[in-house]
Amino acid sequence: MPPEQTKMINISDDNFEKKHIINGVVQSGDELKQYNYLNLGPTHPATHGIFQNILKMDGEIIVDAQPTIGYIHRAFEKLAENRPFFQITTITDRLNYCSAPINNIGWHLTMEKLLGIETPKRVDYLRVIVMELARIADHIICNSVVAVDTGALTGFLYVFQWREKIYDVYEEICGARLTTNMGRIGGFERDFSKSAFDKIDVIVKELPKALQEFEKLVIRNRIFMDRTINVGGISGERALEYGFTGPNLRAAGVDYDVRVMNPYCSYQDFDFTIPVGSNGDTYDRFCVRQEEMWQSLSIIKQAVKNLPEGKHHADVPEFYLPPKDDVYNSMEGLIWHFKIVMGEINVPKGQVYHSVEGGNGELGFYLVSDGGRQPYRLHMRRPCFIYYQAYPEMIKGAMLSDAILTMSSMNVIAGELDA
Amino acid sequence: MIDNEFLKEAVTARFDKGILGIEESYGTLDFIVDKSLVIELITWLKNHETIKVNFLTSLCGVHFPDQLGRELSVVYHLHSLVNNLRFRIHVFLPKENPEIPTLCHLYAAANWMERETFEFYGIIFWGHPDLRIILNVEDMDYHPLLKQYPLVDATRTDKDDKYFGR
Repeated sequence: MPPEQTKMINISDDNFEKKHIINGVVQSGDELKQYNYLNLGPTHPATHGIFQNILKMDGEIIVDAQPTIGYIHRAFEKLAENRPFFQITTITDRLNYCSAPINNIGWHLTMEKLLGIETPKRVDYLRVIVMELARIADHIICNSVVAVDTGALTGFLYVFQWREKIYDVYEEICGARLTTNMGRIGGFERDFSKSAFDKIDVIVKELPKALQEFEKLVIRNRIFMDRTINVGGISGERALEYGFTGPNLRAAGVDYDVRVMNPYCSYQDFDFTIPVGSNGDTYDRFCVRQEEMWQSLSIIKQAVKNLPEGKHHADVPEFYLPPKDDVYNSMEGLIWHFKIVMGEINVPKGQVYHSVEGGNGELGFYLVSDGGRQPYRLHMRRPCFIYYQAYPEMIKGAMLSDAILTMSSMNVIAGELDA
Repeated sequence: MIDNEFLKEAVTARFDKGILGIEESYGTLDFIVDKSLVIELITWLKNHETIKVNFLTSLCGVHFPDQLGRELSVVYHLHSLVNNLRFRIHVFLPKENPEIPTLCHLYAAANWMERETFEFYGIIFWGHPDLRIILNVEDMDYHPLLKQYPLVDATRTDKDDKYFGR
């Protein structure tokens, strides 16, 4: 967008008075104002990803913003139409890569809903453990980065090692750390090892200490409070209009959480509260995320304590890969293995929408199946693509440094935004 | 609290023309409506005193090249948070002049979703404040999610579908 040409007004000009009067109407002066245009991004270090915003500035005040997105668009919805169902899990990793297991499991749940697969309780509980760990990892990144943007680097470096420890648990479960490709349609590849449970135990026992110290550092810190309270606020009504979900919506005072509204994965078995804010500003978003981490820890504790015995997968030979022993020693196993890997299995016709509470909001999959071996159409409801539209409205009238803070507290993830 | 039955009866009692079909799949109602009715229907649902559809979950397009005269469809996922009721509205459009009124004045969230649908399927949303391509390059002159554009390189010969029963 080319900057609008504005006429320079020479104050010493004798005709200055006359220029204010156009066609006999006295102008308010706004038309004569000169604005600056500032490119924030695409690769600005403070935007934590590839986001471009063309800011219209009146001095240091933001008058308007025009976001440009799509810098890392990878056509996921087109790709998904050309892949067998189990291969789509790897695409979902790359949506919100800060909490990849939630995306993986969300996709598996969508497929299970289409196929009518009932998973054993143990699978549900194991999934809950992983998803809550992922939620903690996601919120650790977001909140510590909010603190960095206010100038507090210490907290970030301190809590970030806990994200690494959570990634160690992923590694025990599936072998990967960032883009996890975790689990399969019907359950997990293998049961959690003892060392995975040990690592979870360490997190449950020692993360509270780190979180407490982090909170002590920032949450009642005068500088942090001055920088975040009443910055980038949005009302509950506007947030709903803009399709906000997740912690951003709850910070605005609307208690919508998919885990409670439409429980999946036996979330109804767990006792937890949904924190809500009141102002919808950066501080509230920070506090809501912080409290959600405590709730997630409590859910993990309950899940580990009440973990039922049983199988780590449902009995669906059509979609769940048989153990290697069967593949090499029995005809049946070999046939299923071949059919699954080659994506040669038909699914029922129909359309299904399933959503999970992702790290930053309601992650939904709308799957249209024509009975073929690939989705006929897969639409992903990516929460930050929808709520990032509100960004120009939220930073209107704010300072540039507030705009940076607003963006990082909204938890906009480039991979999810651009699909 | 209201359920699917209530919603179905309320909608059919209020609108007799324009509702082309009502289906239910996996517990979610699908209303297939005429495009002239869609804005009136959604406005009515939003302002209804008990249904109160205050949340647009998602909006997307689907391409069915084999359905003559109704090749493109727009799917609205709506959610009444008060009643915890989700349902879908489908509108079918012809391949030539796929046009439909915008939803931006009802839900601000529709803005980018409609831009994305325009980009992927070429569906024109009347009255949209800023209907431009959003994710791809600005000068892209085709709509990539239409089924006539294959993803796989057509010259590839190493994977012959006939060996796999396709």
